[in-house]
Amino acid sequence: MTKRAPDASDVSVSPPRRRSKYTLAPLVLISGNVVLFALFFVWPAVIGLVYSFTNYTGVGSFQFIGLDNYQKLLGDSTFYSATTRTLLYTVLFVPLNFVLSLLIANVLVSKHAKGASVARIFFFIPWLLSPIIVGVLWRWMFGENFGLVNYFIEKVGGSAVPWQSNADLSLLVVVVAAAWAWTGFSMLLFIAAIKNVPTSYYEAAALDGAGPWRQFFHITLPSIAPTSFIVILLNTIHAMKEYAVFASLNNGGPGTSNNLLVQYIYQTGFKSGQIGYASAASFVLMLILMAVAVIQMMVNRRVENR
Amino acid sequence: MTTTDTVRKADAGSVRAVPRKRSRGSATGGLRRAIAPTTLLWVLAGLYGIPVLWFVLSSFKPAGDLFSLPLTVFPDDPTVSGYKEAWASANFSGYFINTIIVCVIATILTVGVSCCTGYALAKYDNRWLKAFFLCILATTMLPAEVMLAPLFLVVRDLGFYNSLSGIILPALLTATGCFMFRQFFLTVPDELIEAARIDGAKELSIFLRIMVPLSRPIMLTLAILSFQWRWNDYIWPLLMLNDPEKFTVQIGIQSLVGAQNINWSVLLGGSVISMIPLIVVFLVFQKYVMNADINAGLKD
Repeated sequence: MTKRAPDASDVSVSPPRRRSKYTLAPLVLISGNVVLFALFFVWPAVIGLVYSFTNYTGVGSFQFIGLDNYQKLLGDSTFYSATTRTLLYTVLFVPLNFVLSLLIANVLVSKHAKGASVARIFFFIPWLLSPIIVGVLWRWMFGENFGLVNYFIEKVGGSAVPWQSNADLSLLVVVVAAAWAWTGFSMLLFIAAIKNVPTSYYEAAALDGAGPWRQFFHITLPSIAPTSFIVILLNTIHAMKEYAVFASLNNGGPGTSNNLLVQYIYQTGFKSGQIGYASAASFVLMLILMAVAVIQMMVNRRVENR
Repeated sequence: MTTTDTVRKADAGSVRAVPRKRSRGSATGGLRRAIAPTTLLWVLAGLYGIPVLWFVLSSFKPAGDLFSLPLTVFPDDPTVSGYKEAWASANFSGYFINTIIVCVIATILTVGVSCCTGYALAKYDNRWLKAFFLCILATTMLPAEVMLAPLFLVVRDLGFYNSLSGIILPALLTATGCFMFRQFFLTVPDELIEAARIDGAKELSIFLRIMVPLSRPIMLTLAILSFQWRWNDYIWPLLMLNDPEKFTVQIGIQSLVGAQNINWSVLLGGSVISMIPLIVVFLVFQKYVMNADINAGLKD
């Protein structure tokens, strides 16, 4: 009864009967997604949270062990190294991808650059490729004994670089490969944003004698700030979940030094059957992702308010 | 050779080398203004194109020539033996068919489900619809990778383990798809619906007869994206599938990489084969992809 009251008073407001009249049609329309949402989002999220407090192995019975999993995670050096490696990867990947895709977007929209519509395809194709293929491709380029890159390094007098056996270089190759592959996506977002900046801004700035650099830093960059925010956010979240490129490029190697969080979850949950423990690790990953999103939103708000 | 420069620059130098040329170019003015940005554009395009080009060219080399020094850009003696071997070995054709089944079914269903939901979210004004919209957005906060283990258990308990439906079904829930359709239907004037209602059309037939045909461009865009997502999926199929008969292409390729001694000739051939469908889809529907408003691209 109490629920009726606001509806009844709403009738006087503009589209009058829309609210109450149609219930069945929208319900039918969203029913498919409601089922999917319940089955593949709510259910796993709930049991994941529950299992993270248990010693469930995926089969049979389990016991609640409180915060043991989380405590164990805190003392697990493999988990630590996976987390720091993931963060390091993110910190390297996001700026590189940002700079490359912004640069390319700027060149592509420049009215002086010839052949932009064809060139765009070159930047876009890497984004189409699956992460597995990206990994294979860069593994082929950066092979220590046979790769194109080392071949040229040796040809110009350098000595072969241990792209695969040095953990840091190995991570770097993945960073470059992923930035290469993800440029197309970020670039599209930037192109759309740059095209929306009013040309009169640039004309006014040009009259005032501002060169291309000043125009870029004082007009383009501030104008596309919301897009930059989205690009950074999406890239960060994407990087935190990266797995497939590593799997095919160096398989987390050399050894296990480049195992990332998702790989850790996969290893503990499915290789060693510690579903409860893996669920706890998943929730730590989720907390990190959420923290990233919240921090970025706060920074964004502060920047916009300035 | 310029390749030496370009490859070296690919690592880090490209960013630094670039703006200098650009500012110099635009400062001189006149016709020369085109030279610097165009050069820069094509140097960058080269950097992005060379890895793929080198990869594809290498795949046509006979296995014995792959590592012979000095490296040659073009295969002296082009052959498709790598492709033949890849296609025959490890049941690659089977992987291919599996992947196509997954992609096609998942794409059709994704588009259908997202279209219905997007329309409801845009054109009906119920309180619970708004709540459901928030729920859909929440799925972007908790990506599938985070829920690997529990999602696996759910899908297993539903009886979809080791089946292609186990890959397809969880993938149908996409915030991006719903959001794209919602944004599109918001731009469709309400008067159109009102007019149809006055003519006595039923709600669902308004949707099916008027709105679905209208949304064809969005359908196509989402279809392309969805096809790409499913084609490139790796970790979920890897978890779901146990039986090599049911493997998808990406798992097949990864299993070739995982081998102790990589047979590069087969791996290159198989990889290039796996790239073909996406490249074809992309080239055919290029204008839709390029114009797609993928601002909503939060999750795949």
